[in-house]
Amino acid sequence: MRLELIPRRDVSSLQRSLAPLWAILAALVMGGLIVAFLGRSPLAAFRVYFLDPLTDPWALQELAVKATPLIIIATGLVYCFRANLWNIGAEGQLIVGAIFGSILPLATVGMESAPWVLPAALLLGALGGAFYGFIPAILRVRFGVSEILVSLMLVYVAELTLDYLVRGPWRDPKGFNFPTTPTFESFATLPNLASEGRLHAGIIIALICAAVTWFVLNRTLFGFGIRVAGEAPRAARFSGFNANRMTIAAFVISGGLAGLAGIVEVTGQIGQLKPAISGGLGFTAIIVAYLGRLHPVGIIFGAFVIALTVYGGEAAQIALKLPLDLTRTFQGILLFCVLAADALTTYRLRIVRGVTA
Amino acid sequence: MIGFWESILLTVITAATPLLIAALGELIVEKSGVLNLGVEGMMAVGASTGFAVATLTDSSLTGVLAGIGAGMALSLVFALVTLGFAANQVAAGLALTILGLGLAGLIGAKFVGTSRIAIPPIHIPGLSELPLVGKLVFGQSPFFYLSVALAVGVAWFLKKTRAGLSLRSIGENHSSAHALGLKVLRTRLLAILFGGACAGLAGAYLSLVYTPFWSPGMTAGRGWIALALVVFASWLPLRVFLGAYLFGGATILQMHAQAASLGLPSQALSAFPYIATIIALVLISMRRVGATPAPGSLGTAFVPPR
Repeated sequence: MRLELIPRRDVSSLQRSLAPLWAILAALVMGGLIVAFLGRSPLAAFRVYFLDPLTDPWALQELAVKATPLIIIATGLVYCFRANLWNIGAEGQLIVGAIFGSILPLATVGMESAPWVLPAALLLGALGGAFYGFIPAILRVRFGVSEILVSLMLVYVAELTLDYLVRGPWRDPKGFNFPTTPTFESFATLPNLASEGRLHAGIIIALICAAVTWFVLNRTLFGFGIRVAGEAPRAARFSGFNANRMTIAAFVISGGLAGLAGIVEVTGQIGQLKPAISGGLGFTAIIVAYLGRLHPVGIIFGAFVIALTVYGGEAAQIALKLPLDLTRTFQGILLFCVLAADALTTYRLRIVRGVTA
Repeated sequence: MIGFWESILLTVITAATPLLIAALGELIVEKSGVLNLGVEGMMAVGASTGFAVATLTDSSLTGVLAGIGAGMALSLVFALVTLGFAANQVAAGLALTILGLGLAGLIGAKFVGTSRIAIPPIHIPGLSELPLVGKLVFGQSPFFYLSVALAVGVAWFLKKTRAGLSLRSIGENHSSAHALGLKVLRTRLLAILFGGACAGLAGAYLSLVYTPFWSPGMTAGRGWIALALVVFASWLPLRVFLGAYLFGGATILQMHAQAASLGLPSQALSAFPYIATIIALVLISMRRVGATPAPGSLGTAFVPPR
C-alpha cells in the first residue's frame, strides 16, 4: 500500500487560506486525545484553553501582549523563509536585540526625564538583532556554511551572554543578589495603551511591521526578488538578482525584527533584563510564520492563535494541573498539521494498494 | 599520571558516544537525500521514554529498547509528512523538534527527581584489569562498543553494499534513481526510521548511562551538534567518528576548565562547544575545494511522476 500525490488543478486562494483552519481543527482533535490520555476531560481543557480567554476582555488584552513579539519576529522570518533561507536563530537575535537595546535604558537609570532614550533603545535593539542575523548570512555567503546550524548555535551563545551580563556586570547592586538588572525608568518603557491591564504600545509597532512587510513583499522590487529567489532560484539568477546580497538583506531584516521584538518585550512588559526574557518566542514564531502561510496578514491571525495556546496553557496549568509541555506538544502537532494541510491543498491524496515506489 | 589521562579519555568517550550514535543515524538519513532537523526532539523523547520505561519495568534493557522505539515512532511522523505529503523538510524537522521536546516533558514529568543506577560498564575478569589498555579496551559501557560497531557498520554499508549504493544514488539524484527503478520513497522511509532509532538510542544513553536521571532540557543541543557533525564530517562515517571525539573532547575540556576556575566567566566556557562548532564548520568549508560534498537531492521533496 502507498500514498500517491496527485497535483490538484486550479486551487483557489480561498482554499489555500482556509488550509490553516483545517490544520487547527485536526490539531485540536489530536490535542484532545492527548489530554484524554493524560486522564483529563478534553472538553474542560478546550474550555480553559480556548473559550475562556476569548470571552474575557482582560484576557483579550493579554493575548495582544503575547501576540506582539510573535508578530514582529514572524514578519521578519517571512523575508528569509520566502527566499528559501533558513533563519532558525531568531531566539538568539531576539536576546541580542534585548541586550543592545537595554544599554541606554540601563545607563539612564536614576535620570530625570529623557524622552529620546526609548526610540534610541528600540533602534539599538533592532541593530543588535540585525548584527546577530548578519553573522550566519555572511558565513553562508563567504564560506558556504549552513545558515541553519550557525543561526541555531548562536542561540546558545546569546543565552549564555545574557546570563553572564545579568549575573555579572549588569546585575542590580541593590537587587538582593537576584540575577536581574535595575528596573528601567518609566521614560524608557513603552507606554500602556489602556488605563488598566498590560496592553502596551508594542502591538502598534507589531502591526506597523506587518503592514510594511506586506508593502515590501508585494509592491517593491526587493520584495519581488525575495519571492523569486525562493520560488524560482534559476529565474532569479538569470534576471540579475544578486543572491548573496539577497541572503544578507533577508537575514539582516529578519534579525533586526527579532531584535526589535526583544527590546519591545523588555521595554514593554518586563522592564529590566533577567536570565530568561523570551522562553522560546523565537522558535514559536516559526510556527506562527507557517500558520500565517508566510503572509503578513495571516501572521497576525497566526500569532493570536498561538498566543491563545500560550495563555490557555498557563490557565490550564493552574485550573486543571495540565503540564506546560502540553502547550509545546500541541504547537508541534499544529505545525505538522499546517504542513500537511498545505500539501493537501496542492495535492489530492490517493491510496494505492499493492506496488510501492 | 597515567590514571589521570586514562580518566580524561574515559570521560571524553562518554561525552562522544551519544553524539556519534545520533550523528551516524542522521548521516544515513541525509545520504538518502532527506534532511531531518528533528534529532534534538527525537533524542529528548528517547531519553525520557527510555528512563520512564526503565524505571517502570525496572529493566535498563527494556528502557533502551523503548527509547529506540520512541525515536522511531517520532521519525515515522516526520516520514509521513515529508514523504507521504511531500512537505518542506526543514519546517517539518523543526516541528519534530518542538513536538519532541514537548512530548519528552509530558512523558518524563512524573520521573523528574528520581534516579536509577547507571548501566554499568562491562567487566571481563582478567582483561579489564590489564594495565593501560584494560579499562579503555575491555571495560567500557556497552554503548561504546555499539557506537564503534555502528560507525564501522555504516561505513561498510554505504561503501560496500548494493543497498548502500542505491541509498547514495537516491540521495544524489532522486529523479535518476527513480528512473532506474529504485524505490526512492521506501528507501527514504527506512533511512528516516534508522535515524530515529539512532537518535532514540543516543537519548536513552543520556538518561540511562550518562547522567542516570531525566531532567527537562537534558539534551542541551546535542541533537543539533550531531547535525553539525554530519556536515563537519563531509558526510563520511569515519570522519563523523573523529568529529564526535573532537567535540566530546571540547565538552570535557570545557568542564575541566570550569573546575580549574581559570578566571573566565563560566558562561564563556559553556558557550565554547557551540562556538567551536561554528568555527569548525567555517574551517571545513574554507578548506573545501570545488563543489559541496552534500548529497545532491538533500532536503528536496520527491513526488513520483506518473
